Amino acid sequence: MSARRPLFGWNVLGLMPAHVIMLLTLIVPVGIIILVSFSTRGPYGGFDYIFTIAPYRQILFNEGWTGELEFNPQYLIVVGRTLLLALATTAICLACSFPVAYFISLQSRERKVALIYLVTLPFWVSMIVRVYSWIIILGNNGVVAKALLALGLPDIGSLLFTDTAMLIGLVYSYIPLMILPIFASIEKLDPALVEASHDLYGSRFTTLRRVILPLCAPGMLAGAILVFVPCLGAVLEPTLLGGGKAMMMGNLIQLQFGAARNWPLGAAISIVLMASVLIFLTVRGLSAVRREGREAAR
Amino acid sequence: MSKRFSVRAYPGFGLFSLLFFIYLYLPIAVVVFYSFNANRIVSNWGGFSLAWYGAALSNGALLDAVRISLIVAAIATAISTTVALMAALVIVRGRNVRFRRVSETVVNLPLLLPEIVVAVAVLILFSELGIANGLVKLVIAHTTFCIPFAFLPIRARLQGMDADLEEAARDLYASGWVAFRRVTLPLIMPGVFSGGMLAFVISMDDFITSTLLNSGGATTLPVYIFSLIRQGVSPQLNAISTLIMIASVGLATLAFIIQRRE
Repeated sequence: MSARRPLFGWNVLGLMPAHVIMLLTLIVPVGIIILVSFSTRGPYGGFDYIFTIAPYRQILFNEGWTGELEFNPQYLIVVGRTLLLALATTAICLACSFPVAYFISLQSRERKVALIYLVTLPFWVSMIVRVYSWIIILGNNGVVAKALLALGLPDIGSLLFTDTAMLIGLVYSYIPLMILPIFASIEKLDPALVEASHDLYGSRFTTLRRVILPLCAPGMLAGAILVFVPCLGAVLEPTLLGGGKAMMMGNLIQLQFGAARNWPLGAAISIVLMASVLIFLTVRGLSAVRREGREAAR
Repeated sequence: MSKRFSVRAYPGFGLFSLLFFIYLYLPIAVVVFYSFNANRIVSNWGGFSLAWYGAALSNGALLDAVRISLIVAAIATAISTTVALMAALVIVRGRNVRFRRVSETVVNLPLLLPEIVVAVAVLILFSELGIANGLVKLVIAHTTFCIPFAFLPIRARLQGMDADLEEAARDLYASGWVAFRRVTLPLIMPGVFSGGMLAFVISMDDFITSTLLNSGGATTLPVYIFSLIRQGVSPQLNAISTLIMIASVGLATLAFIIQRRE
């Protein structure tokens, strides 16, 4: 190919606005978050730049009047709950998305378009409205409780403000993000491979396990990231469906920057949250590199 | 054809998909259904009524919140789409671009960080800079996290476009700007449009950042709805939710049709 003439001779100028905005509103502020997480809490909220590791110590210990430390797992439980709920959400989304994505891919062209539209549609509908709808369904005297009563089952009262409610809300919020990449990878799958597996006496289950699923792994991985990362930072679901008692990292941070007015602690938890995301992305990056290496070795 | 035994079909997937779509749409249907409930207590049906829609449309605080949301979303969309378009042109078309990969990561940075971290970052930034105007804070923060949403469709469109067309325009002595105005921009317009649309919806929908920055008298629609939810489930809230859903479904359908028209 001959050397193309660029439209504009200003590479640097074109990229500058994006870089400047990200630098000023994100990269520098994240640096400030790290600083704040090592700062002393101000007397009236806010913070003073006096170095201390107290915010991180506070995640693990209660500090008494005389400075004695008492181990308190309350924040560790929040961190653990967040990781578990995010993992469970990702797993459920994975398990539920595959059959749906596979079913859609078998449809005619027009029906495919219509079904994909139906999958993406809730995503355009306001997040807060979608989470709110579950309050009506799960709440006291809600749709679920009424349905169970009508079936003659015992009154379970309200499902609201439980881990289950949060899980339902999280799956509901993020499952379209899992279906789309899996659908894309199934679409790329060559049907001849599935038929070849059957011709070689592979049962449906064997074909699924040995041919279809491995070939859809990249889509599943992409979906897992798209679901897992926002789940870790979820705020609305734990606030509205978890009821403020069963917190996740997201609303714990929000609380520290809002009503609790403990910015350094909030910053420290933000760092823990960012670290969790980074670890997850790094592990994924490494596994992708390893897979490419394996394929190259073949 | 459909009667033919298919080795690709799996039994039960159809039923499972049906259940899935019910799960996806049941909550939305419940909200719409109860918005017509005449009874003040949401889960007790008291007959059909449109009263709550009237109450919602004459709710001054709600209309103020809608106004703030629209202003913030319009400005943030305009800026972020322009910035994203410039960045996409350089990243996809530019020659000898140094740090292409790094630039792409930087542009997509808001997608890699949990939103609450982005929100906390801008909150601390504004408190350090002493910016107190709520509207200014919201516009800056929304612009930041809208950029990748505007960027991705534009980049996809630009990658799918034949660069020879641009080259032909340049060979016919069009200046860079004219080639862009008359050839490139019309061809990538659907991408620019869906990018802008996505940015607009993301901005309208944002809760986390807006609630953390909610001081200085700029309450956006989601923040206002949150305060209503805190007061308890109510039919008026259902009516408001239904109106929002109608608006977003309309936008989504428009975006979908424009993308499909190729």
